[in-house]
Amino acid sequence: MIDFLRGYEDYLGGWLWEMGIASLATLQLMFVSFWLACAIGMVAALIPMARIKSLNLLVKLYIGFFRGVPVLVILYWIYFALPEMGYEVLVVSSYTAAILGLGIHGGAFLAEIFRSGIESLHKGQMEAALSLGMTPAKAMAYIVLPQAIRVVLPPIANFAVGLLKETALCSIIAAPELMLRAKDLASSSFLPMHAFVMAAVFYYIMSFPLMRAVEYLEVKMGKGLRTG
Amino acid sequence: MKPLLRIVDLHKSFGTLEVLAGISIDVARGEKLSIIGPSGSGKTTLLRCINYLEKPTAGHIYVDDKLIGEKQVNGKFVHLSDRELAKERAEIGFVFQRFNLFPHLTALDNVSVAPRRVLGLEKRDAEERALAMLEKVGLAHKAGEYPERLSGGQQQRVAIARVLVMQPKLILLDEATSALDPELIGEVLKVIRELAEEGRTMIMVTHEIPFAEEISDRVIFMDDGKIVEEGPPHEIFSNPTHERTRVFLRQIIDR
Repeated sequence: MIDFLRGYEDYLGGWLWEMGIASLATLQLMFVSFWLACAIGMVAALIPMARIKSLNLLVKLYIGFFRGVPVLVILYWIYFALPEMGYEVLVVSSYTAAILGLGIHGGAFLAEIFRSGIESLHKGQMEAALSLGMTPAKAMAYIVLPQAIRVVLPPIANFAVGLLKETALCSIIAAPELMLRAKDLASSSFLPMHAFVMAAVFYYIMSFPLMRAVEYLEVKMGKGLRTG
Repeated sequence: MKPLLRIVDLHKSFGTLEVLAGISIDVARGEKLSIIGPSGSGKTTLLRCINYLEKPTAGHIYVDDKLIGEKQVNGKFVHLSDRELAKERAEIGFVFQRFNLFPHLTALDNVSVAPRRVLGLEKRDAEERALAMLEKVGLAHKAGEYPERLSGGQQQRVAIARVLVMQPKLILLDEATSALDPELIGEVLKVIRELAEEGRTMIMVTHEIPFAEEISDRVIFMDDGKIVEEGPPHEIFSNPTHERTRVFLRQIIDR
């Protein structure tokens, strides 16, 4: 153990700095793709409620497909396969590809969470809003969604924890983030174990507050909010 | 005088189950109509059809001579758009059996949300009106409370205030007291009685026979999706002509 820790002697300062910077890049990647996933997920959850058959089918295919395919495959697709197939317009930087991949994949996941949140509400809520003269859109905006958001906050925070860890996959397409930096440091120092242990610590430090947030939200949202 | 509400040969089926089998009713302005009948007789469905929470399978509904839920285009009946329908619904109040207050809003916001979002009033005006309505149902002091902190009776009174604030032409009450503990029924009936005394047009589905007898101008007894008999309350309750009405009333009173 002592021997292992000694291995860090020459590198600790530099690694802390470099991995710290890379962690910021990981957080940025996570946040941007998180919001993209939220936006896509919300749209995909609301479209079926407009009862337009063709759009509905499209959303179903999207959710079904992306939930069933590993995010790594999607990253490869976006970064390597599509440009190779001649879609040159689709050539993007590894960073953009990472955001798109995580966002599109996550959107399918969040769509299901949003949908279940909306459906968990008693239909009396929608009916009460309609009976007061709200259009379905207004009822959704002012009555149903504000309640659904509370129901889905814990699973969304859970998704965020998962997303943070999934960003590590983006190192495969060389998107700048923590895992890529750890790999670099591992190969330049010939101390892979040391580098990846340290990366694990950095990931843990980032996900810890999120995990606490999940616990907090589960307790807080669990109580109250009964529909009469 | 022209009726405020006119229901013409209304039918409603859920799949093969016929719930309303041709209902026609006229309700005069200011009239208090009670609908009684065994469960499954179609009373609630009838009420829900009037503001189009259920789409009728056939038949038409008119309020103030205006078709509800549909319009005539080149002589054909077509369903209204969401926006047109919402406008009509705003004029018809609906009090639910289970209150259906919005749990994420305070009592005041429950009442002011429709004036703000439907009528487009400023927040202050809407809240002023809402507070006046809460006052009317005796709950101004609970304006800041969330529904889950209110008793069932208080929740239902807030729900009534939420309906009144929209100044509806017609108020529909769907078993407004049957989800309440017995000791809470009185406070809600008191509010409903006050509304009746103000001359509002109301249609109540109810099991509160003495109350219905006291405040209604007319009582309808429904069974199997049809109107079995109708008349002034004292006639229906003390001297019903149909055997089915008699059996039903005996069951209710023996309860």
